[in-house]
Amino acid sequence: MSSLETKITGATGRAEHPRWQEFLFTTRRFLSNPLSVIGLTLIVFFGIIAILAPVIEPPKYPDHYRIPHTGFRIEPTPPSAAHPLGTTQQQYDMLYGLVWGTRSAFMIGVLVVAANLLIGVLLGAIAGYFGGTVDEIIMRITDIFYAIPFLIMAMALVVAIGRGLKAVVIVLIILEWPSYTRVLRSDILVTRGRDFILAARASGASHMRIIFTHILPNAMYSVLILASLNIGTTILTAAALSFLGLGSETGTADWGQIVSLCRNWIVGAPGNRFAYWYTVFIPGFVISLFVLGWNLLGDAVRDVFDPKMRRR
Amino acid sequence: MSLFAYIVRRLLLMVLVLVGVSILVFTVMMLLPPGQRVSIYVTSERVTPAMMDALIAKYGLNDPAPVQYFRWIAQILHGQFGYSVTASAPVISGFVEFFPVTLELVLFATPFIILVGIALGTLGAVKKDTAADHMTRVFAIIGYSLPTFWLGLLLMMIFYGFGGIFPPGSLSNDAHGVVYSAAFHRYTHLLTLDGILNWRWDVFWDALYRMILPTINLVVINSALIMRLMRSSMLESLGQDYMMTARAKGADNRTLYRVHARRNAMLPVITVSGLTFAGLMSGMVITETIFDRKGIGWWMAQAAIHLDVPAVMFNVLFLGVIYVVINLIVDLIYAWVDPRVRLA
Repeated sequence: MSSLETKITGATGRAEHPRWQEFLFTTRRFLSNPLSVIGLTLIVFFGIIAILAPVIEPPKYPDHYRIPHTGFRIEPTPPSAAHPLGTTQQQYDMLYGLVWGTRSAFMIGVLVVAANLLIGVLLGAIAGYFGGTVDEIIMRITDIFYAIPFLIMAMALVVAIGRGLKAVVIVLIILEWPSYTRVLRSDILVTRGRDFILAARASGASHMRIIFTHILPNAMYSVLILASLNIGTTILTAAALSFLGLGSETGTADWGQIVSLCRNWIVGAPGNRFAYWYTVFIPGFVISLFVLGWNLLGDAVRDVFDPKMRRR
Repeated sequence: MSLFAYIVRRLLLMVLVLVGVSILVFTVMMLLPPGQRVSIYVTSERVTPAMMDALIAKYGLNDPAPVQYFRWIAQILHGQFGYSVTASAPVISGFVEFFPVTLELVLFATPFIILVGIALGTLGAVKKDTAADHMTRVFAIIGYSLPTFWLGLLLMMIFYGFGGIFPPGSLSNDAHGVVYSAAFHRYTHLLTLDGILNWRWDVFWDALYRMILPTINLVVINSALIMRLMRSSMLESLGQDYMMTARAKGADNRTLYRVHARRNAMLPVITVSGLTFAGLMSGMVITETIFDRKGIGWWMAQAAIHLDVPAVMFNVLFLGVIYVVINLIVDLIYAWVDPRVRLA
């Protein structure tokens, strides 16, 4: 048996599907990088928390995203048996807020990125494949969206359509698609001129068929990498809007909201200057870990799929 | 393409983008009911509901959108932006008051952001795969992942809350008294510069002192992008043939890195400095809110919370225009430095 044959059929001698081999190779590459593993672990950890939220912190109100609070005392209370992570200003339970906030974070991230993928990919595919006037119009529209600092535009839109978590999601969907459109378009421009596309066209395939079965699968990787990196930024922007008071209402299980409750407690009590450290430190730390997880994962996905980085 | 033709082309494109930006801002504004949009035309605080209806009718806020758009543009070109509730003054007066505070911090922080980005990026590339490189990468990842507002709060808690140093605000009470006294001439409205010009070093030091913490906040968040780009671009130029040539001709490491590699590696960094401005402005909203500096970002946040529509729309438009112009300047510098861009 030649060495090439061994490679293809594997040690068992059974022919393994090239896609399966590719999958194994990719997985090994992914797992060999400690940073990728840390990122994946973080996201899986948060995923489990989000799924198990009702078990960890049983809801007390019909609206699960309302944080229960004991009394209205302004001063936060330190961690105790009743409140393992302490309470925020106005006695909202920190742990409950963070646990259910994980669900909010996943929902915001996934909703926004999924909608962006849909819009961005569709427009990018149209612009890149057909070119000409359509391309020009779509790309000039993305230019306009790029022309205004992101958070500033998001704030203006929230003012226009009203506050709340829903508004934040809608605003982020409206504002973030152009980056996907740009990336996909430039990828398609590269793919479009390749021989196999010409072959498909020559053999009479329709535009739709060429776009969906030949071009998109080849041009998708950079968009997917962008998506995983964007979940982090999306969460950061949503949290920033909530922090500024433009997102969810007070008492909603939303991380940015919980951080905004700690704003007045950076100066401790006389004699104990870090008296309220927990209310400042914990919620922001959780956001950072979540975003860090997605960023590491995005980096890892890029390294794994980037053909230039592979097989080195 | 000659540099001149390139500039003309870019200017035309800029006008197109600016028109687009105005349409976008206008569209956002049109999402609001006429009762809120009428505030653009109000120039004082004392306006009754009946007057509001009269104003809505007078300025035709129920007219077809295109008609309103051109009317709005005409208003803007005449410098009429309405009355800002949060500034308790017409928008323009508010802008004149708040802008210098932001400008001062931008001018102070930007050099640090760029220097830290370039220095750490170069370090990471030159010492690739060593502990130093890993440290810079960790720094970059942290910069990407930390929420601006949380980092600001932590800095405040540690330095101000615990250490009792670097208090928030842009001036101490004493210095504030000095600045607003009759003897103090506000030549530039930039506190540090005015402090020097008035020979009041106490004002200068106080203003500078209070910019340190916000600057650290902005540097950590914003230099990550430049750093990453600098590292990869530096690695690329280190691998070029001319590096080998220079080494063969006996150049030492210092000359190699500084003269041969870094100069070329800086090119892509010029391009992202425009992006850095956008990041800086978004960061400014948060940073000024946390450190209680009454600048454009703080104003924007206040205006958004209190539905001060004229102020919000003005700031979006203003920052959009500034950003477009900065990007144009950056592109022109790039085209001037690297002739290959013009040919593309």
